[in-house]
Amino acid sequence: MSLFGFLKSRSSAPVARERLQILLAHERVALGPRDLVTILRDELLATIARHIAFDPEKLTVKMDRTDAMSTLEIEVEIPSDKIATGASRLGTAAQASAA
Amino acid sequence: MRMSKVIVVTSGKGGVGKTTSTASLGAALAQGGRRVCVVDFDVGLRNLDLVMGAERRVVFDFINVAQGDAKLPQALIRDKRIDTLYLLAASQTRDKDALTTEGVERVIGELRDSFDWILCDSPAGIERGALLAMRFADQAIVVANPEVSSVRDSDRIIGLLDSKTLRAERGEPMEKQLLLTRFDPARSNSGEMLSIDDVLEILSIPLLGVIPESREILRASNIGAPVTMNASAGPARLAYLEAARRLGGETVPVAVPDEKKTFFTRLFGRRAA
Repeated sequence: MSLFGFLKSRSSAPVARERLQILLAHERVALGPRDLVTILRDELLATIARHIAFDPEKLTVKMDRTDAMSTLEIEVEIPSDKIATGASRLGTAAQASAA
Repeated sequence: MRMSKVIVVTSGKGGVGKTTSTASLGAALAQGGRRVCVVDFDVGLRNLDLVMGAERRVVFDFINVAQGDAKLPQALIRDKRIDTLYLLAASQTRDKDALTTEGVERVIGELRDSFDWILCDSPAGIERGALLAMRFADQAIVVANPEVSSVRDSDRIIGLLDSKTLRAERGEPMEKQLLLTRFDPARSNSGEMLSIDDVLEILSIPLLGVIPESREILRASNIGAPVTMNASAGPARLAYLEAARRLGGETVPVAVPDEKKTFFTRLFGRRAA
């Protein structure tokens, strides 16, 4: 028991190396394209803000990567009255009942 | 026009030895007769002045110069031991947003006119202060300890050096070198600590030097004299002197303290048992 514990504590460096290799391989991919997400977020904000007054914090842009594919998830939360204002500004029929 | 080099000493993680390394390398480079300025970017938490033994001589600081309240020569503190070594202290009282990109750019530009080496001591973290410290650098020294959190943060800093610096934005390569500090050869040999090769393999940047864990370092900061100014020939002092020569372009093999029989092991063997 104590011998096992002794050996285990002596050879912790390979564990550290392996954990770091796995973690950093993941983080480099996850943090690498963060700039792309930031760019997309800024451009989406600018585009939406041209037509609808909304809170920039209600826009979330997420990119998920798996081995098989990557997905880009864009979620915009807009109060229903802002849709109406935006729509009328665009000259289309206002739908005050928009979700 | 001088061929000045602006070097950022950075790490992400705090407490790994950025300030100690800035002071030690700065003093070593200046001993060769070259004009060196060490610059503290840690606004609000300055410490380079203390490690350099100049804490009572700070009148004007980096922010005073950046904001135009003082001229650069008024703020530069000349070392009393090495006359080509200067310090530009950070402000202790102002908040960390007091430095602007434009202000930093102008001060770095002025320093380039009169110094061969400008070493920028970065604050820890990846916030504005750390990004400003690396912004105008020609090359970087990434300081890391052989420890998982330090290595992870160094990897993050390398990513920022490759994306957030002026050189990176211009599409120019950003030279980065690893300074591995607080290394304990005996513990590494026994598999208790990441080896030099482990860290190099994980971070994939060239090695500037390996600084062994040493009592000299604490003594140096206690007395306010960088370890490279010390006359005694301890292993940390030698390692910093050699790292400074490599920085200056010399080819000096990294004397990796070897197993069991070296004097490093004798020095550290007790602690590793």
